Formats: sequence, structure tokens, C-alpha cells
Amino acid sequence: MIGLLVTLVVVPGAIGDLLNSAGMKRHGEITDWSPLGLLRLSRDLLHNFYIMASIPAMAISFFALMALLSASDLSFAVPITASSYILETALAKYYLKERVDWRRWVGTTLVAIGIACLSI
Amino acid sequence: MDLRSPVLRPPEGRSWHKHTIIGKTVIVSLIVIATNVIGNYALKRGLSQIGGVESWSPMPYIHAFLHPWVGIGVIFMFAWLTSRLSLLSWADLTYVLPVTSFSYVLSAIIGAIYLNEQVSNLHWAGISLITVGILLVVLTYPETTDEHGPLTDSDHENRMIE
Repeated sequence: MIGLLVTLVVVPGAIGDLLNSAGMKRHGEITDWSPLGLLRLSRDLLHNFYIMASIPAMAISFFALMALLSASDLSFAVPITASSYILETALAKYYLKERVDWRRWVGTTLVAIGIACLSI
Repeated sequence: MDLRSPVLRPPEGRSWHKHTIIGKTVIVSLIVIATNVIGNYALKRGLSQIGGVESWSPMPYIHAFLHPWVGIGVIFMFAWLTSRLSLLSWADLTYVLPVTSFSYVLSAIIGAIYLNEQVSNLHWAGISLITVGILLVVLTYPETTDEHGPLTDSDHENRMIE
């Protein structure tokens, strides 16, 4: 059960992150943080295909995280979900065309290893 | 891969633009980290008091939202989501992911202090690795793409003219 919950947190979370990033790049920077501005933001995001596509993925990941948090320690549940970092970095490089130099690869790998250490 | 690619650093003589991008990236990253840590802590505390919601039915989750700590957790997770979306509107995903992972370090420390969870020597090693990894990523320029794809030097110039 724990393994399934971890998979349901990680895989849809990675897909949701990629879609969120693509969608927000197309939307542009959020500059109006007033209540009216946030309403306009919500309206714009409702018409953003990438953001809308990311919602089901993020919802699955979020509810799986809630279930995981209730079934395990915080110091296990939160760090284990970072196992998707290297996968997401590779996907972002090839699908989002981000420039990933050696510092990002090494830094992300160290972070992933560090998170694995935290989850043991 | 050209490690000296000019795209990874802002154009020469335009330091104000560099400082603006890096400054707002640092501030919003800190907000993302703080809201994530507080949200996770509140959710864990609330769910522990409820006794768990391990179910495929949505009803236990909806019922859990009525608990004060879970409610606070959900509010902070909403703030986390919004601030993270804002950060992703200009910063790379491959920058945001590792940098905001500092929340894992803070979560482990808060778990140890307030939830009496154990932090072993291995945990401290993990915390050190994460910190070094973040420092490496922070050395890169946060924005290398926009909605049209990879940014070039001329893209940077055009943005500064605007």
C-alpha cells in the first residue's frame, strides 16, 4: 500500500510539474496580487490548457500524499516524494528545452541522494 | 554541452536586470519553502489527531478539511501552490525543484523538534547533501526559457529594452 501511494504521489506529480511549468511560461509572470487580480488569474488559468491538464495529475498526487502522511512519518513521506527529481530534470531538459548545465545535474543529484538519506 | 554557454548568465553590463531576476527568485523561493513546510506540518498534525484517512472514498478527506490543523494546512498548501506557480512563470523547473527542496530539510528539523521524530546521523548527512546541491543550483541563472523556448542573448536584450 505504501509503495502504491508513493508511486501515486511521484508520477502524477512529475507530469503535473511539467504541465504547470509549460502553462505558466505561456501565461507570463503574475503581477497583480489583489483579490481582483487573483480572480483574473483564476479565469486566465481556466483557459490555459496546460494548467487545466495539470490539475487532475496534481490532485491525484495531493490526495495520495495526504494518505501517505497519515500512514507514515513526515520524515519519510515528504522526502520519498522527491525521488522524481532526476526524472523531472531530464523531462524538463527535453520537453521544456531548459538549459541544464553540470551544476544543475550535480546539484539535483545531490539533492535526490540527500532526500533518500532523509527517508531511510 | 557547452558549459560556458552565455545563456546561463545574463548579458555583460546589465547587472541591474540580473539582480532583479535573482532577487525576486530568492524572495519567492523563500515564500514557497516556508508555505510548504508550514502546510505539511499542519497537515501532519491534523491528520495524526484525526487518526488517518487512508481510503479511496473522498468523504474522509472532505471530513478531514473541517479539522482546524488540516484547514490551516490546506490554506498554506494553497499559498504554496500559488507562489510556486508564480515562480514557475519565469524560473526554470530544473532550478525551482532543487532550490525549493530546502523545505525537506526544514520539514525534517521541524519533525524532530515538534513531532518528536528521530533525526539520525544519516539524516544529517542527507541534510548536508541537499544544502550543497542547492548551493550548486543557485549558482546557475534561474531563467533560460520562456513560452517560445530557450532564451538567447538577443532575447535578454529585447526584454531589457521593454
